[in-house]
Amino acid sequence: MEHASFGDERNATFGITEEDHTLANSLRFTLNQDPRVIFCGYSIPHPSDAKVNIRVQTTGEPAREVLKDSCQDLMLMCQHVRGSFDKAVADFKKNNSSNKQSSKDMDTD
Amino acid sequence: MSDAESMMHGGFVSALDLPDVPSSKLPHHLDLRRTRVLCNSVAPDNTDTVQYSGAYASMGVDNSLRLDDFRNNFKVNVNRLTADEMEFDMVGVDPSLANAFRRILLAELPTMAIEKVFIANNTSVIQDEVLAHRLGLVPIIVDPRHFDYLSENDRPNEKNTIVFKLHVRCKKGDPRGTVKSDELRWLPKGSEFLKESGASASNTKAETYTSFNFSQDSMPEFSDNPIGVSPGIIVAKLAPGQEIELEAHAVKGIGKTHAKWSPVATCWYRMLPEVVLNEDIKGDMAEELVKKCPASVFDIEELANGKKRATVARPRACTLCRECVRDDEWERRISLCRVKDHFIFTIESVGALPPEVLFTEAVKILEDKCERVISDLS
Ligand code: SF4
Repeated sequence: MEHASFGDERNATFGITEEDHTLANSLRFTLNQDPRVIFCGYSIPHPSDAKVNIRVQTTGEPAREVLKDSCQDLMLMCQHVRGSFDKAVADFKKNNSSNKQSSKDMDTD
Repeated sequence: MSDAESMMHGGFVSALDLPDVPSSKLPHHLDLRRTRVLCNSVAPDNTDTVQYSGAYASMGVDNSLRLDDFRNNFKVNVNRLTADEMEFDMVGVDPSLANAFRRILLAELPTMAIEKVFIANNTSVIQDEVLAHRLGLVPIIVDPRHFDYLSENDRPNEKNTIVFKLHVRCKKGDPRGTVKSDELRWLPKGSEFLKESGASASNTKAETYTSFNFSQDSMPEFSDNPIGVSPGIIVAKLAPGQEIELEAHAVKGIGKTHAKWSPVATCWYRMLPEVVLNEDIKGDMAEELVKKCPASVFDIEELANGKKRATVARPRACTLCRECVRDDEWERRISLCRVKDHFIFTIESVGALPPEVLFTEAVKILEDKCERVISDLS
């Protein structure tokens, strides 16, 4: 899936199958926020192919490692989003069950 | 109003009079462009987000991602939560992530939906294929996490298929009848239709279209919680003497394949509107402003000396219709913005799972995607 020229690990294009804007755009965001990245972008070569190409150029680190770190960052962010969301929902349910009758049909899970 | 603000909205100020920009902090006008979409009367301006980490390097401002900062800034606040709808504020997240969650909710969260319909008899005016399509769109109220995907070589069994039966007849002499989704009956033991072509006289048990090993209602999750469909949906109409007899098989799938598997009726977000009055708006002008706004964003407050002044009372209600900034002189008085990292997210579930569970599942799917890329790269 990785296309880099031999001996130059700093610049590479990664082809990821079965993915679309959902993952590629999020990864472009985390990659762009990484100070080691000079350039990054993604493209979908053809709308009928379930495939995206992500281009990464770095200041020196292997592009592969930087992309891996970005995925890691995205995962940690997601975990934090999930944690905060669950907490907010729990808080909301707690506050509302005390002053609302209809709270019973909210606890469906 | 601070110095910087009055400079923005006021007239010309010599660069020599500008206060020194503290390093590691963006000057006000750049920060405004970084964090707000400006909704001018002509068109929205400044709609993109600044993602590149070195965008402000020359000013000594680091725009890179620090997870700790993200953790400190990220906030969620639930505004409304019912069994099938919720609205919440998500603050401190890039649009690319918010959009990823929205896209996953719409297209990549699995549910169960009717995929195969075996029609034994249909004398109604609705053609078989239209009837099958209508049945496919009926939401099935069951947690899809209890089921597996049915792949091409699998036999339909109790772990991947739910079977419903529909047998309705309108007797001669009765008035015309309506078939509603309530009449779909769950068959926990699987299909009751026998396969014709099998000719398996040697087999002791006649073959049906499914091969369930045991009845689904013996599974703990369904024993006192029978699987049903969303009630009250009109499926067909019957005239006297007409009859429909069929069996519908539901399988697991995702919205990308067909919208019938989408777990949300809809799911959307909007950015938080921000309405700023650049100058005091008093007296008749205040009355005029309150009348202009169809979403009643503005209110009038009585000042001590009997005068009236306009206030922004309900900025969240603003629909960004831009009616209030249509005239040039009003555009100078009012700034309409949207906060780029504040999303008002709404999820309407069709009923299979409550909306708050849908969102956490969507975030998990994005995590799984990252994990897959990491393991592919390793
Ligand atoms: S943009 Fe429309 S809704 Fe918003 S404050 Fe102006 S008039 Fe009201």
